[in-house]
Amino acid sequence: MADTARDPPPEHTDFHELEDGEEDLFPEPTATEEESQPASLPAEDISTNSNGPKQDSLFDDDPEDLFAEATEEVSLDSPERDVLLSDGPSPAITPITPPTSVITPRIGHAHDDMFTRSSFDEIEEEEGGDSFDIHISVSDPEKVGDGMNAYMAYKVTTKTSMSLFKCSDFSVKRRFSDFLGLHSKLASKYLHIGYIVPPAPEKSIVGMTKVKVGKEDQSSNEFVEKRRSALERYLMRTVKHPILLKDPDVLQFLESSELPRAVSTQALSSAGLLRMVNKAADAVNKMTIKMNESDAWFEEKQQHFENLDVQLRKLHTSVESLVCHRKELSVNTAQFAKSAAMLGNSEDHTALSRALSQLAEVEEKIDQLHQDQANADFYLFSELLGDYVRLITAVKGVFDHRMKTWQKWQDSQMLLQKKREAEAKLQFTNKPDKLQQAKDEIKELEGKVQQGERDFEQISKIIRKEVSRFEKERVKDFKSIIIKYLESLVQTQQQLIKYWEAFLPEAKAIS
Amino acid sequence: MTSIDENSKEKLRSVSVDLNNDTSLIIDIPDALCEREKVKFTVHTKTTLSSFQKPEFSVPRQHEDFLWLHDTLVETEDYAGLIIPPAPPKPDFESPREKMHKLGEGEATMTKEEYTKMKQELEAEYLAVFKKTVQVHEVFLQRLSSHPVLSKDRNFQIFLEYDQDLSVRRKNAKEMFGGFFKNMVKSADEVLISGIKEVDEFFEQEKTFLLDYYSKIKDSTAKAEKMTRAHKNIADDYIHISATLNSISAEDSTANKKNLEKLSDLFEKLRKVEGRVASDQELKLTELLRYYMRDIQAAKDLLYRRARALADYENSNKALDKARLKSKDIPQAEEHQQQCLQKFDKLSESGKKELTSFKGRRVVAFRKNLIEMAELEIKHAKNNVTLLQGCIELLKGN
Repeated sequence: MADTARDPPPEHTDFHELEDGEEDLFPEPTATEEESQPASLPAEDISTNSNGPKQDSLFDDDPEDLFAEATEEVSLDSPERDVLLSDGPSPAITPITPPTSVITPRIGHAHDDMFTRSSFDEIEEEEGGDSFDIHISVSDPEKVGDGMNAYMAYKVTTKTSMSLFKCSDFSVKRRFSDFLGLHSKLASKYLHIGYIVPPAPEKSIVGMTKVKVGKEDQSSNEFVEKRRSALERYLMRTVKHPILLKDPDVLQFLESSELPRAVSTQALSSAGLLRMVNKAADAVNKMTIKMNESDAWFEEKQQHFENLDVQLRKLHTSVESLVCHRKELSVNTAQFAKSAAMLGNSEDHTALSRALSQLAEVEEKIDQLHQDQANADFYLFSELLGDYVRLITAVKGVFDHRMKTWQKWQDSQMLLQKKREAEAKLQFTNKPDKLQQAKDEIKELEGKVQQGERDFEQISKIIRKEVSRFEKERVKDFKSIIIKYLESLVQTQQQLIKYWEAFLPEAKAIS
Repeated sequence: MTSIDENSKEKLRSVSVDLNNDTSLIIDIPDALCEREKVKFTVHTKTTLSSFQKPEFSVPRQHEDFLWLHDTLVETEDYAGLIIPPAPPKPDFESPREKMHKLGEGEATMTKEEYTKMKQELEAEYLAVFKKTVQVHEVFLQRLSSHPVLSKDRNFQIFLEYDQDLSVRRKNAKEMFGGFFKNMVKSADEVLISGIKEVDEFFEQEKTFLLDYYSKIKDSTAKAEKMTRAHKNIADDYIHISATLNSISAEDSTANKKNLEKLSDLFEKLRKVEGRVASDQELKLTELLRYYMRDIQAAKDLLYRRARALADYENSNKALDKARLKSKDIPQAEEHQQQCLQKFDKLSESGKKELTSFKGRRVVAFRKNLIEMAELEIKHAKNNVTLLQGCIELLKGN
């Protein structure tokens, strides 16, 4: 097994094992091993090594040990990783061309058969001794380099007591494309089997250019802060997912001091262009797939997410408008404060003049209050909604993958049917080798059909769990952030009371 | 017919205090009717003065009638030494009308509930504009009725009493044009004023103060108006947020439904408070500033008239000197000079009184309004805190 790991491409070996049908549980994790670890890793015992999708038989015994092993493997830094910088049609940065299902999930003929994940249920239920305790913060944005090649480096600090990690408190430096690279890897591994992978923050060529080129002004500072906050939320959402948390790419991202540059995440790279093409192809495909939904649950949920999408977008727009108007209020209040100060100076009645100056001071403090509130409106309320609009798009994507999986299964079935008919015809001709060939093909197809059905059932099962986890998480998330937001509103109002109560005696002192 | 109760009128009236203290002549506008562009005010008078035919009576008046009254007072030579209360501005429903139009266009994008709420907000705004215009017309009349000299004006009496349409007596086109011309002359006077050498310390100070104060208060009025508008926009946003949360909760079948309903309800209540913050700020601050901006303009007008009288007096001196030189028409010139001096002295004396009482009036009004505004801000903020904390408790408890 170790050898196969080093020799690309190993597909054929894996396929053979699969075709036997029964023991497919073992080979598949191995295949995944290879897709998630570089060719050059001196894996001593890949078959037991599983940071990605896991084998179930081993877990029942001693989850703790497995985690420990996994950690060791992941921590190995291999210089040979530079091989990963291929601009090939792979959004994931793995040199080996493992089963095409991994690299090209979007190009129709994915060999999803690799991933029957019945094992995962058990894993999630027995999380071992580790309760979820991890906190990630993204901080200290630092500009590195000059001009158009400059970029922002962020400090990613992880604080945790989970045994999954080597240390309990550590940090690394990452740049934006690293985050995109991580997401791209996770998406290519998990999306098409039904896991809701949190989307990465959006790129912004305009925003970033301003930062690269411009001086330290308010709008570029705001942009950096917006991005920093988004990256932090992204990482927290990713690690909250029990499967993603244990993914070697995630662990490497958090722990490894050096990370190879994810070149293929650039918008204008060939990988980026391929992504765009794939997206377009997907959209067309989606329109043509007519699925016979036998499961009302899926239909209901899909409708539910469609509706939620529309409503959240609407809400997001209203909150964005609120942020805008609150900022306007702050600006207008500041302007009024200045004007009131001038009026106070001009006023010749002493007591009134003093009161007007005091009014100007109060209004100036209030304008700062409004500014702070606008920030809370944005970072707590508006960004929450923006995140969920994107998350729901990911959820919808997962449902789409299920449709595609179903389609694949149906296609195999139809093909099988055709081959059977052809074989039947061949029975009456005298072409023994053609007949044999037909029989072989049929056997292969039968396996494919079975696999297709299994894949479909698997993805359906996973989606059910994912959706329930997602909904729970969503409710929790919303509640905790909304409470924080309301508390920010309370604070603003309490400050307002203080300011006006301080002003009141001044007004009364006018005589 | 829109009746405005005494309570709210009391609140509205605070821009000018100490009105209607003299029970011999009490004026108010208990009713007003809005017909398309025109507003018809019902001016109601209660009096013990014998100069009036009846002790109590009401007449319908239009905005133009008020303007006519103001202009006749301004043009009355005898009142040159008085601050004539500023004319009430024309009723302006442009803003809510435009918003109503926009709302109509955007109806398709909102839920029925949202649309209804927005419409309610706009109707409230309409009503607020309406109340404001009634108040401003009422205050104008009350300023007149509480002025020792102006309350006795013949035209004022006609305005209050004449039970037929006043349009016969109102400015016709020619007069209006005359009025416009007069304004042009006035601005020339401004140049004149700055040029004239002031002999009296008091008036010198007042001139400097009023000119400067006017531009500052004009600016403050505009800025205060922008603040109020931003508050109103925020209140509108809360309506949309509340409505969308309601829609989301309607489709939610989990335990979260209740939370969403509470939140939607909270935003609905918050927007009502925000709306009140906006309207209170408008009444206590923006309207206060706006009223005194106009009042200061009226005070400036007094200064101009006095400066013109001074100029006339100086010219008459020059004419007298010339006459003496030429030894021609000396008695006329002397008399003319005496008249000018008398006029100027009269204006100065009454002007001083008026400006002093004006300052007092202004200080009292500012004090009252600033106190009331601070108190209302505190009240609304406390209300908000209660609403918010209530909702937080409910959410945490669930």
